[in-house]
Amino acid sequence: MSKTVETSQELQMRSSQELQMRMDTTGVEALREPGSVLRIPALPEEVESQPTPHDTMIINMGPQHPSTHGVLRVMMELDGETVLRSKPVMGYLHTGMEKTAEELTYLQGPTNVTRMDYVSPLFMETVFALATEALLEVEVPPRATWIRMLMCELNRMSSQVLWLATNGMDLGAISMMIYGFRERESILAFFEKCSGLRMNHNYIRPGGVAADLPDGWRDDVLAILDAFPKRLDEYDTLLTGQPIWRERTQGIGIITAEECTALGITGPILRSTGVPWDLRRTMPYLFYDQMDFDIVVGRYGDTFDRYAIRLNEIRESIKIVRQVVEAMPPGDYRVQDKKVTPPPRARIDESMEALIHHFKIFTEGFKVPEGEVYIAVESPRGELGCYLASDGSAKPYRLHIRGPSFINLQCLPHMIRGGLLADAVAVISTVDPIMGEVDR
Amino acid sequence: MSEQKSSEEPAAEEEPALVHGVPASLSRGQLVVHPGRDRYLAVVSALQSDGYQMCVDLCGVDYLTHPGRTLPPGVAPERFEVAVNLLSFSERARIRVRVQVPDADPTLASLFELYPGTEAQERETYDLFGIVFVGHPDLTRILLPDDWEGHPLRKDYGVGRIPVQFKGAPGAR
Repeated sequence: MSKTVETSQELQMRSSQELQMRMDTTGVEALREPGSVLRIPALPEEVESQPTPHDTMIINMGPQHPSTHGVLRVMMELDGETVLRSKPVMGYLHTGMEKTAEELTYLQGPTNVTRMDYVSPLFMETVFALATEALLEVEVPPRATWIRMLMCELNRMSSQVLWLATNGMDLGAISMMIYGFRERESILAFFEKCSGLRMNHNYIRPGGVAADLPDGWRDDVLAILDAFPKRLDEYDTLLTGQPIWRERTQGIGIITAEECTALGITGPILRSTGVPWDLRRTMPYLFYDQMDFDIVVGRYGDTFDRYAIRLNEIRESIKIVRQVVEAMPPGDYRVQDKKVTPPPRARIDESMEALIHHFKIFTEGFKVPEGEVYIAVESPRGELGCYLASDGSAKPYRLHIRGPSFINLQCLPHMIRGGLLADAVAVISTVDPIMGEVDR
Repeated sequence: MSEQKSSEEPAAEEEPALVHGVPASLSRGQLVVHPGRDRYLAVVSALQSDGYQMCVDLCGVDYLTHPGRTLPPGVAPERFEVAVNLLSFSERARIRVRVQVPDADPTLASLFELYPGTEAQERETYDLFGIVFVGHPDLTRILLPDDWEGHPLRKDYGVGRIPVQFKGAPGAR
């Protein structure tokens, strides 16, 4: 930690940039000074009239840079190898999904939103389903809620494991990538068994889930849960205690709790600064209030803390999944409300009315009462929110997804300022941006 | 769903009439305040001193094709609306601020001074709705290319279509 601070102080003394010292301005103040966010003037003549800063260079990292997790471009002003200012540039993956959502019915909606965050798609489906149900004011059966929790926690494990894998690769621990993908594959195989798809499941829908859990699901889940703790201990051996890993992560990309609050940062980044804020515990949804688990909190707000939080959150998720497997009740897996739920497949063969009803629900959809609602869940990356406005028709009037990666990327200039270019790679990775969700 | 119920149980019993002197309402159990454009900054700043430390979300809505929405008495509907969701860590509560922005003059004060994190979200709202945030340090397009024309999430912005050509079809009707 002290090493980074010294470099930045030295740098500010000899640089012509007149950047304020980071130690002098903390918290909210630091966010307002124009020091860390790189802003290029819009007009070309303004650029020319500015005195050219010597010794600094502006480079673009991305959008094809392999360590940017997709198509993130980071504009950076460098002095030698030190990053002075930077700015994340996004939009390369923007496909207008919020506009598309206005053309799809509420039953087709999950197909759309699940493609936003393709690493944790079940959270997207959950937040959309919860928002629709809040507008409809229907109560889903307990089994549906338990299934949602089971799938979400498994998805959280697979997402964090994928992060460990790619983060390891970014920092040179290539073997970690192979291990991480191997673990993730076991969970995706279970998802495929349940929903038919490895990713983009369209499994959690307004009114419940698409299908009941398959036969033998309990054994599959327990096999995953038994395999994971051993693997996590291996990761501890491979990474946590390793001197090179610690050197690359400790004291890198420090952010404070005040900065996080001011910038709206949530999830592991906020928790790494010591703020115990996890929506599963602080504002419980689903049945998380009945669960026994811990919130993992860091202390220094550096890359190592965020690594440790994500690794240990997998252990907490394993605890939750075990409790869910214990508690899974029998019963309906979707709400028995004729307006929302299509008739079962067996009824369609024998009843003309059921066939018409089925056809109408899938072509016209169901009408949702007028109103607007904001629902948030804790995704592996932070607070995932859904603002849903309805005009009383069968399609959302406005669907806005508050993507945690989109907001969390805004702390990038503040975390990599004054650090080395090689550490910028570690910091970008530690934000865990999923560009599909950033650009939507 | 349970989060809103538990956090706003006292508010749900009696419909809140005024919060910081502006009309308030409950939307599915969630507390919403409706300041005018002139009181917007003052109300958000008062809410911030009430303990709503974090601005989690800011987004626009275009109510062009749905003018008759429910609003508390005293609030005149306009074409655009900006919805801001604030979060309080200590109270574990959320509150939503909905401001009406007219079509003729789509400008609104920026929240950058209060919550620096709204920078990207205001850029997004500007990009997709064309609402100009006064006082924003860097109001440029964020998701679309710089030379894009129009603001796609407006309701009068057509969805893209590719004409389908059928063999031997008698041309477009």
